[in-house]
Amino acid sequence: MTTTAIPTGEKRATAPTTKRPSKRERQGAAWVFLSPWVLGATVLTLLPMAVSLYLSFTDYNLFDPPHWVGLRNYTQMFTEDPRYWRSVTTTLMYVVIAVPLQLALALVVALALKSMKRGKAFYRSAFYAPSLLGASMSIALVWRAVFNDGGTVDNLFGTGGWVNRPGWALLAVALLTVWQFGAPMVIFLAGLQQIPAELYEAAAVDGAGTWRQFLSVTVPMLSPVLFFNLVLQTIQAFQVFTPAFAVSAGKGGPADSTLVYTMYLYDRGFVASHMGYASAMAWVLLLVIGVVTAVLFRTSRSWVFYASEGDR
Amino acid sequence: MTSISTAAAREPVRWGRVALHLGCLAALLVMLYPLAWLLATSLKPADEVIASLDLLPRHLEWSNYETAFEGVNDVSIWRLLSNSLLIAGGAVLGNVISCSLAAYAFARLRFRFRGPMFAFMIATIMLPHHAILIPQYIIFNKLGMVNTYWPLILPKFLATEAFFVFLIVQFMRGLPRELEEAARIDGCGPFRSFFQIVLPLTRPALITTAIFTFIWTWNDFFTQLIYLFDPDKFTLTLALRSFVDASSQSAFGPMFAMSVIALLPIVLFFLAFQRFLVEGMASSGLKG
Repeated sequence: MTTTAIPTGEKRATAPTTKRPSKRERQGAAWVFLSPWVLGATVLTLLPMAVSLYLSFTDYNLFDPPHWVGLRNYTQMFTEDPRYWRSVTTTLMYVVIAVPLQLALALVVALALKSMKRGKAFYRSAFYAPSLLGASMSIALVWRAVFNDGGTVDNLFGTGGWVNRPGWALLAVALLTVWQFGAPMVIFLAGLQQIPAELYEAAAVDGAGTWRQFLSVTVPMLSPVLFFNLVLQTIQAFQVFTPAFAVSAGKGGPADSTLVYTMYLYDRGFVASHMGYASAMAWVLLLVIGVVTAVLFRTSRSWVFYASEGDR
Repeated sequence: MTSISTAAAREPVRWGRVALHLGCLAALLVMLYPLAWLLATSLKPADEVIASLDLLPRHLEWSNYETAFEGVNDVSIWRLLSNSLLIAGGAVLGNVISCSLAAYAFARLRFRFRGPMFAFMIATIMLPHHAILIPQYIIFNKLGMVNTYWPLILPKFLATEAFFVFLIVQFMRGLPRELEEAARIDGCGPFRSFFQIVLPLTRPALITTAIFTFIWTWNDFFTQLIYLFDPDKFTLTLALRSFVDASSQSAFGPMFAMSVIALLPIVLFFLAFQRFLVEGMASSGLKG
């Protein structure tokens, strides 16, 4: 560190009394680092949120100025638009099917891999791969073909093409999500490996069998990770778009059975040019996700266990 | 533990291991089936695609790839590929620069409203994209940027993907503070400290950010669907969508040949960086 003399020499000219940069200078530096984020957060997040709230009370088609209609969009949505309710129930059904199945599978595989000595790294990566590939249009198209009339599933089970049957098409979409269980699995596995081995040893000494150890050690110790995965996957599931779009060839069919919320929002806003209506839909989605997250956080108090709390 | 009990326990445990491996392999086979199907179909002649139950084609039909390389809507595949690369590359550059700058401020610097701003940043991770989508579209429309790549790249230079800011913050918090303190005593300001000390040490988090940004941008469909109209400006993902609309059986082979081409970069990235990817995912929500 031979350069020490140079900065102090420079400093003396400007601020002879302080060795460190002043508080104001340090604040200034922080704002320089933050400036891109501040700009993005205000212009591309906060401002758009305010604007979309405003637009949700207007009739707006992108070309003519917005026309204030009060609660019209909301009342129309809730009382006069059966397709809106269809998209709500479709999305709820999708969330209820896909999220628990995906998390259960992720947990089972993570438990299987936990104690494995050889091959763990290989399986971990292999099971994770679909989480990256599955988000692509390519795989969504494969899904459509495999679950179509004459596709593999039809040939194996003789159930006909799922994507053409109103009761089944959504299940095909949900299975594409379940197939991507690798991401929550990796998080589960990391959580499992952080559970101290002493806890299991102590439980074994106390005579706890495998099942008892699972219930009394694994489940409570893993509950924060389970909660994290649950919140993350639920929020993401509410916003599903690409798989439903691809499986139904962009139409939400058959008979609107795969018309998920965001697809109807896209349809209203960008196909039918009802930007005000779509904004109202977006705000309802925002509120629902907010409420669901809040409810999850509230219920978590009774079942999520944080080890650090016990220490205090 | 006595040696007798471990010896007695060894046999059943070993059989359990075998069953475990067999179970995992079986699950993997089922999971890999769609990928095998994709590869096989991309090499099947048109009449075999639906009629035949075999996974393997009777003869390899390379012409599907020739057709795919001609592109869609008179736009060559090289054009589509370079469009995709341009967007993904721009997004990577933007995210790495802007997210690491913001993360350093949140992790290491003191400033007014730091707490509330950090809380807001975390909250935007959960914010549904759709709540801000329409006004963003209007803004870019007013700026004359619809049907250009700006709406897809510019937001990344403004650290709008809070997930990565958070990821890098978590990583930076784990670095020893002593290094920067020593540098500060030597007269190092926050800028030199950031560029010469913190940033090099943050490399694993930056690589994770770069890889995830690339793959997510490459896979992204919704934003591209909204902002791009000209077939000339299409990405591979959007071009695949045009196949969906005209999904006749004869286009199946070329469509899936193009799907394979569109997946190739992700597969290559995955094979090259799987360690970073898996560990980046695992650490994203757990530390701190």
